[in-house]
Order: sequence, then C-alpha cells, then structure tokens
Amino acid sequence: MIAVDADAAVAGISDGATVLIGGFGAAGQPVELIDALRRSGAGDLTVVSNNAGNGDEGLAALLAAGQVRKIICSYPRQADSWVFDGLYRAGKIELELVPQGNLAERMRAAGAGIGAFFCPTGVGTVLAEGKETRSIDGRDYVLEYPIRGDAALIKAFRADTAGNLVYRKTARNFGPVMATAASVTIAEVTEVVPAGAIDPECVVTPGIFVDRVVAVPEPAAGVAS
Amino acid sequence: MTVEHLGRGPLERNEIPARVARDIPAGSYVNLGIGQPTAVADYLDPGAGITLHTENGMLGMGRAALPDEIDPDLTNAGKMPVTETPGASYFHQADSFAMMRGGHLDICVLGAFQVSAGGDLANWHTGEPDAIPAVGGAMDLAAGARNVYVIMTLFAKDGTPKLVPACTYPLTGLGCVTRVYTDHAVFALDQGQVQAVETYGTTVAALSERLQLVLAQ
Repeated sequence: MIAVDADAAVAGISDGATVLIGGFGAAGQPVELIDALRRSGAGDLTVVSNNAGNGDEGLAALLAAGQVRKIICSYPRQADSWVFDGLYRAGKIELELVPQGNLAERMRAAGAGIGAFFCPTGVGTVLAEGKETRSIDGRDYVLEYPIRGDAALIKAFRADTAGNLVYRKTARNFGPVMATAASVTIAEVTEVVPAGAIDPECVVTPGIFVDRVVAVPEPAAGVAS
Repeated sequence: MTVEHLGRGPLERNEIPARVARDIPAGSYVNLGIGQPTAVADYLDPGAGITLHTENGMLGMGRAALPDEIDPDLTNAGKMPVTETPGASYFHQADSFAMMRGGHLDICVLGAFQVSAGGDLANWHTGEPDAIPAVGGAMDLAAGARNVYVIMTLFAKDGTPKLVPACTYPLTGLGCVTRVYTDHAVFALDQGQVQAVETYGTTVAALSERLQLVLAQ
C-alpha cells in the first residue's frame, strides 16, 4: 500500500492516459504527485481537475511542460492562470468546460457504476448543446455521461496502512470522488499511521478506493508557510 | 405596492448587499457568490441562525481569515482564506452540489451580466471570441438553489439596461432568478412579470421608460 516515493507511485501512468487531479485551486492539490508525473515524461495526457493551474507550480508546471493535450475542468480562468491562458490562446491545449457540479457527479457516476444520469444543470445553455434532454415530471434534464480516469492523483491529510483516508477542511473537495473513479488511485498524505489509528467512524475514503499512498511530511499542518 | 424612495439617490455600492441581507429569513442555508454577493455576509444578523454554504465543500463558513488565521486548507469558492463557525461541516464536491440540486439550499446570491424579465440569468461568459470561458458552480447554483437572487448595477457602464426583455449574453440558467437587487431598484420576478418592490432616487414610471419594460407596482 505505501509507495516508496512519488516517482515510484506514478510509474505506470502512460502516454495518452486520463488523469484525475484533485484540488480546488491550491487547496488539496497533490503537488508532489503532479511533479512526479511531470518528471515521468508521460505525455498526451487528458487531465480532469477543477482548475487549470495556478502560478507556475504543480498543475501549471505540468501544463507548461507540454504533457497535457486536453483539460476537462470547470474554472480554468483565474488571476494567476497565465500558463493555461497562454497555451489555450495559442491553440496548444484542448478545453472541455464542465459545470463544477457536473464534473463531480460525472466522476461520482463513474465510481458508482452508473451508466449515465439526467441532470438539470445547464439546461438551455451552450454547455448542453448537442446533448440529449428529457422532461421528467415537468422538469427538463440533460443527459450526462461518467468521467473515468486511468489514474487519480489526490491529496488527503492522513492515511492508515489499510489505505483509509481522512482529509483536512476544504482541501477535501474532489479527493473522495476522484478516488472512486480511477483504475489506480494514488494519495499524497502528510502522514501514514498504523491500521486502527483512525477511528473507523471518521474514515472519509475507505481503503478499497486507494491503491498507493505517498507520505509527504509537511511542517506543522495547518500553519501557513 | 412599490415604495419609491425619492428623498435620496441610488443605493451606494455597499447598500445593495445590506438590502439583500434584510430579505434573508432566519435559519436559511445560503450560498453567496464571488464578488459583491460575498459582502452580504457582513450585514446578516449574527443571531438569525443563517448558515453559509461554500460550494468547494463547507457549511458554516465564517468571516474572512485575519492574517494570523490563514489556513491554506480553508478557503471559500473565491479561493480566499476564511474561518469556520461552531457547527461547521466539510464534505466532498458531489455532496456539495447534491445540496444544491436536491433543493436543500434555500437561497443563492449571484452577480450577473444580464437578467431577463422571465428570470433567465447570464453571468458566466461574455461570449467574446478571445474570452476564456469559466463556469465554476454558477450553472449548478442557478439550476439547484430554491431561490436565486441577483446583485448587479441596473445599467452597464455604457448606460444600457442589464434587466432586459431577453438576454443577449450566453445563458447560465433559464427562468431561475426571482429577485434582482440593483442600485436603482429592487425587483421581484414571477412568471414573466416584473414588479418594482422599491426604487431609490427614481420612480417606477421613469425606470419603466428607461428599461423599456412594463413594471408592476
């Protein structure tokens, strides 16, 4: 369960893979795993993440390295998304824009074995163009399909040796959903504790959804650097 | 019956969120959008038991964090550091949006480029060729919150109305907006009818003329 290091953990993510990457902005972004993916040189990737990178680190660095062919996200444009902005305007990256709730639910569906679902979000908008719609009990819905990953890179707070995860505050965001939706789920955590050290009532992501764990100790979690 | 406040000018920028706050019932679950809607929190009665939802995964969001309280794992939907209140909870994204779509969220307050008389909302994309589109949770909130309130200036910088017969900007949601709070007036929208609830420094007749809309009183 416990990988030796981040590079070993991401080995096996191949060219052309679809990679789910957790985080809402910087909160919950698994920067060590993303850096390892960048070092691996895997290219032609499809990345699924809420944003398209901030500043020059983490996801932004992976984009800057030219390893991402397409990004599926809800909110690419931000004050510090200059790496994505440049690639997009140069036609060097493909964008599929998905409403944030649909992004989450499409991955949830993938992880739960749901073939597709009807959702009211986006009815009558350009993001629903070309999609099947249906009226159910007087309300209109759009048919949405699951998003599956070949790999998920997520950040949690703590893991036990059974792979159970707990998160920290709003850094939880997409982690628990992405963990269910990929063939291989890799979690970056601040510490790994013995099985039994996490109260079973408090486990957020059960270990069945987690394949590899990488411990990346942080100085005094919760304190701004 | 419209209340026309004629002894004053339009609402100042900080008066609009204060006016919205007066219409949020005690005990409500509320999502405040990025920008001016966030300021509504400053005017809520702390004793009213109103719970703030932030779509990145929290109920019971508190005020903005002070410098010594900043925690990179605790941010709002605008990615700004915030605090938690007693009784707060954290949850993942699928649960967060289920709260909206499932009809559990009483009110969301959003900004807008345009709102139509029929309650259509346009607030995510200017549609300009070089603009990079970003939607975030706007469409989910528009479709899911039980009441969608909008804060905006009534007129664009070039003087054109933003409350319009039909939106020209790309839509966020259809027929979802029920109240519009602007500098010149507060409007209630219902089945294509626009009622001026209050006006500020102007009359219903003058607004109706400038908006080219029939306004119920």
